[in-house]
Amino acid sequence: MDINDLRSLFTVLSFVMFVGIVWWAFSSRRKQSYEAAARIPLEDDLPADENGPGADQAKY
Amino acid sequence: MQSQATYNYKVVRQFAVMTVIWGIVGMLVGVIIAAQLVWPELNFFEWLSYGRLRPLHTNAVIFAFGGCALFATSYYSVQRTCHTPLFAPGIAAFTFWGWQLVIVLAALSLPLGFTSGKEYAELEWPIDILITVVWVAYAVVFFGTLVKRKTSHIYVSNWFFGGFILTVALLHLVNSAEIPVFAAGVLTPKSYSAYAGVQDAMVQWWYGHNAVGFFLTAGFLGMMYYFVPKQAGRPVYSYRLSVVHFWALVFTYMWAGPHHLHYTALPDWTQSLGMLFSLILLAPSWGGMINGIMTMSGAWYKLRDDPILKFMITSLSFYGMSTFEGPMMSIKTVNALSHYTDWTVGHVHSGALGWVAMISIGSIYYLLPRLFGKTEMYSTRLINTHFWLATLGTVLYIAALWISGVMQGLMWRATNVDGTLTYSFVESVKSSYPFWIIRVVGGLMFLGGMLLMAYNMFKTMASGRAVNDAPVLAPAHAH
Repeated sequence: MDINDLRSLFTVLSFVMFVGIVWWAFSSRRKQSYEAAARIPLEDDLPADENGPGADQAKY
Repeated sequence: MQSQATYNYKVVRQFAVMTVIWGIVGMLVGVIIAAQLVWPELNFFEWLSYGRLRPLHTNAVIFAFGGCALFATSYYSVQRTCHTPLFAPGIAAFTFWGWQLVIVLAALSLPLGFTSGKEYAELEWPIDILITVVWVAYAVVFFGTLVKRKTSHIYVSNWFFGGFILTVALLHLVNSAEIPVFAAGVLTPKSYSAYAGVQDAMVQWWYGHNAVGFFLTAGFLGMMYYFVPKQAGRPVYSYRLSVVHFWALVFTYMWAGPHHLHYTALPDWTQSLGMLFSLILLAPSWGGMINGIMTMSGAWYKLRDDPILKFMITSLSFYGMSTFEGPMMSIKTVNALSHYTDWTVGHVHSGALGWVAMISIGSIYYLLPRLFGKTEMYSTRLINTHFWLATLGTVLYIAALWISGVMQGLMWRATNVDGTLTYSFVESVKSSYPFWIIRVVGGLMFLGGMLLMAYNMFKTMASGRAVNDAPVLAPAHAH
């Protein structure tokens, strides 16, 4: 086994890992936590920042 | 719910203001070299000649303008999505001053003729060492902030910023491996690459294309994933897609570099591999583009009177367009026509002006009022004018270079029946002049928009105050 076999192996492992990530991301168990995660940037202001740009700034 | 802690806005503010300043400087140099191509008499002195100013332009717009924008937006969004102030504020301040020193040294050394000759990595070894120190400090601040986050989930923008920081460190270290020259017993600022021949070329374009993929793409996607949802007031279209296309980008970009070396001494299989991975890249690139644009679904009406949102959505359109064009140009038969012509330069600018600059401009317009205690910029109308100047300038620029690029490619490959070349090189240069003039006009419009932005920024600053008391809020609920 020379270094090129290791290189091929690493490429295959990378591909398997990527397929695993896709499978993990699409598992239905992730759905709820993803919905919560998607709201993270919208929940970092005092009120929900839905009244247009700078609506959160009036407070300070 | 309020704690005493406040977000570190000072370093964000410094980087945000310098983004605008360096943007003007870098784009001004771009306009000057575009004019020098049309009017060669403008090469007044050797240190202001085209060959010296061109790397200054690329370094200034990528690392000074783009770099400051990335520092500002990543520092702002990582604190806010992690609900904690920046880790190690002293080191964060060092990254600002260190990065400015790198930029000033670049602006001095490149016109003086100090260059290692590697595209986008021209800076000589003493500056390379300084870049490494600043970049490690950046990683400490960014990842330190992630470590002390108050949320359990790490928001996707931080994954993109984190991937960008790690990969750029790796790229810089490998490609900048160089041996300084000792001359007459003195250590000089001159160095030579640690690699030779085609390996050097491959390392350079492995670096070069990943600089595009991670500095100019992953970093700015991080910006997109925070600032587009904020400005639109809507969560990202598909969080799942953001996870999948992040990893797809990470696994694919690393292999695309060989398409810069088609039909060279690089082994043929390497060229084909680079082409194949470049074609695959269309999928993750469009994943990001679709995810950003679809975030607007149900809120399209906001585009009517929000020029900041217009900047962001137009930037995503240019991102989609240039990431379609890129894979197409990596196909060897297409590349046989496009390579070494203006088409490549036009392609880079549809990404650089259309995507990178516009998403940065939109994000900085979002940041400035918040950093200076205002509800909005001094003039929304000026932002709108800036938007149209930037969009039309970009379209003029890339359309002109499409035409001149394809024309050059066709003229260079044209042969007579007896096999001799139909055109001499200088004939293709002569035919390019009208399009180079259009490029100067497009560049001037883009630069003019940046000057309006600077005016708008200083007016906003003059009536505002430096916000240093933005309270750190507890997360809405445990994620």
